[in-house]
Amino acid sequence: MQSTARAFKQNAHEALHDPNLQDSLAKLKVGFSERRRQAAERLPEFEALRDRARDIKNHTLENLDFYLEEFERKVLALGGHVHWAPTAEDARRIIADLCKSVGARTIAKSKSMVSEEIGLNDHLEALGIAPIETDLGEYIIQLRHEPPSHIIAPAVHLTKDQVADTFLEHHRELGFTRRLTERNDLVAEARQVLRQKFLDADVGLNGANFLVAETGSSMLVTNEGNADLSNTLPRMQIVLASIEKVIPTLEDAAVLLRVLARSATGQESSAYTTLNTGPKRAGDLDGPEQYHVVILDNGRSSVLGTRMQDMLRCIRCGACMNHCPVYGAIGGHAYGWVYPGPIGAVLTPQLIGVEEAGNLPNASTFCGHCESVCPVRIPLPRLMRHWREREFERHLTPRAARQGLALWSFVARRPKLYRRLSGFANKLLALFGRAEGRYRSLPLASGWTRFRDFPAPQPGGTFHAQWARQHSRVRP
Amino acid sequence: MSARAQILDGIRRSLHRGELGGAARQAAEQRLAAPPRGPSVARAQLPQPEKVALFCQWAEANNATVARVAAAEVPGEITGYLARNNLPAQAAMAPSPQLDGYDWASQKMLSLRRGRAEATDQVSITGAFAGIAETGTLVLTSGPDHPVSLNLLPDTHVVVLREADIVAGYEETWQRLRARYGKDVLPRTVNTITGPSRTGDIEQTIELGAHGPRRMHIVVVRE
Repeated sequence: MQSTARAFKQNAHEALHDPNLQDSLAKLKVGFSERRRQAAERLPEFEALRDRARDIKNHTLENLDFYLEEFERKVLALGGHVHWAPTAEDARRIIADLCKSVGARTIAKSKSMVSEEIGLNDHLEALGIAPIETDLGEYIIQLRHEPPSHIIAPAVHLTKDQVADTFLEHHRELGFTRRLTERNDLVAEARQVLRQKFLDADVGLNGANFLVAETGSSMLVTNEGNADLSNTLPRMQIVLASIEKVIPTLEDAAVLLRVLARSATGQESSAYTTLNTGPKRAGDLDGPEQYHVVILDNGRSSVLGTRMQDMLRCIRCGACMNHCPVYGAIGGHAYGWVYPGPIGAVLTPQLIGVEEAGNLPNASTFCGHCESVCPVRIPLPRLMRHWREREFERHLTPRAARQGLALWSFVARRPKLYRRLSGFANKLLALFGRAEGRYRSLPLASGWTRFRDFPAPQPGGTFHAQWARQHSRVRP
Repeated sequence: MSARAQILDGIRRSLHRGELGGAARQAAEQRLAAPPRGPSVARAQLPQPEKVALFCQWAEANNATVARVAAAEVPGEITGYLARNNLPAQAAMAPSPQLDGYDWASQKMLSLRRGRAEATDQVSITGAFAGIAETGTLVLTSGPDHPVSLNLLPDTHVVVLREADIVAGYEETWQRLRARYGKDVLPRTVNTITGPSRTGDIEQTIELGAHGPRRMHIVVVRE
């Protein structure tokens, strides 16, 4: 997928002035976030499970090569196939070749963020193979030629009315000529249209929430049942998963499942959690004849052993974006690539380069809400700070910001000068009046005050001056 | 270098080591051989009768309907359920010995076809490998006696679950799977299903019946 992360500021500006988007985003706080809070409160063990989930992922990452090989061994033993893809291009080629090997014309896809990451749909379409997204949200945005705006709710940026217009436009030729107004009617119409696609598809392609090394199973968590139809009806199943999706055992899956559903949607359990292991067995009356797992690296292995390794614990629940004030204000598209929100701000510079995506880790107030809800306790603000440091080191920060920081650091390393200057600035600011406790505009600081107020200095002098007074009072 | 070696060597290089060996390898092998459990969820650690009640409570909270009957009443309950919901007295049923044990001949109006689901089937009847009390979740295992399509294609899925097959959580389910299929071996598909199909993809509002069954009726059978 082509990135527009460089244009983040323009994207964000447009998002803030999009009334439909703002209506949709307003529902995030009362939707996912509130439901997550209630689900966490209902389960006394939730925090202990989060600790355990973090430990499981850390253990797996330390032994990643071992568990991947074990996973492969089990898949092969049951007649499945494992394909290794170092790059996105490798994965696209492998999947296209598999589709061609069975003469596939259509493939039923269930939502996979990794397939977005590798730009799979465009590649298949160019080869004359039609990938049909079957998750309702993905289906809607595929019709609209849009990328997903959220990792678990890809069409969360759209209102019901926009969906109704999209369906009318695209389903008219199939005989659905009435514009629908109710959500359940929209769901029913999509169900009817997509049912035939499942029955006709030659290949089912899905991602994986987890790959279980113990049993060689791919594990998939959904609510709609689309993934299960796509991996049961067509004659070939392809699972596309990145290397960090492997976990050791079913017991580990039990822990991760408990935190995943609650963190994502606030459900006690998603409707469908499925383990697929190899192709259909002798005597089975349905299921695919071929089972293929494509394991993608795409730069992830280079993150291991670095301070950034924590990002690979992510189980893609979306809680960080559901609770992020920046995501909540601008939605997912403004981030400009596949993964939005705080985890996107950390992953995207890794996957497509800090030169391209340096804006994203800067789009944070460091309020820390994302880290506080992350089921595997990824220190997202620390990881974003890391990217800011890399960006600064590589002279990618704008000149004005660099010069400002250089000036500040010169002064900050000279305490006497710092105190004299800050005391002077304090008095100077007082001249502009501090009746309201903040300034709407200030000379030389319009870059700041154009978008927000500047706080007025508190009475009683600078922090240093107040500290000195306190100190002398406590210990004279 | 093969793509496989490229990825695995890349991982090892980043982790500053060669192939996993020594104590670390033993620990990982041990973990696979005897998987350690995570924190136990207290709410489902109950005597069997309360476990069954908890299962029913959560299944209903997740929009399934539940009927608790004796074995002799199973076919009658299903016929009654279909009639009450204005559904056809006609179903695709899993060819399972467990289900064949019920007295279907008593239901003169009920027409059953054993096998996988076809696109036109409106109702399916299957057994269940287990039920998970913690969340009201059904565990369905594929095999010649249980085609997966029955769990997915029809609008209405009727599941017959024995009280004795209701367990506390996932961990007890894995234990049962290992006892039945062998360690490290799973059937092609294990579906764990909690209520009917649903989606929240339009305005974060839950609607039932996205792609899988719109209705799920669980018949819990007393021993």
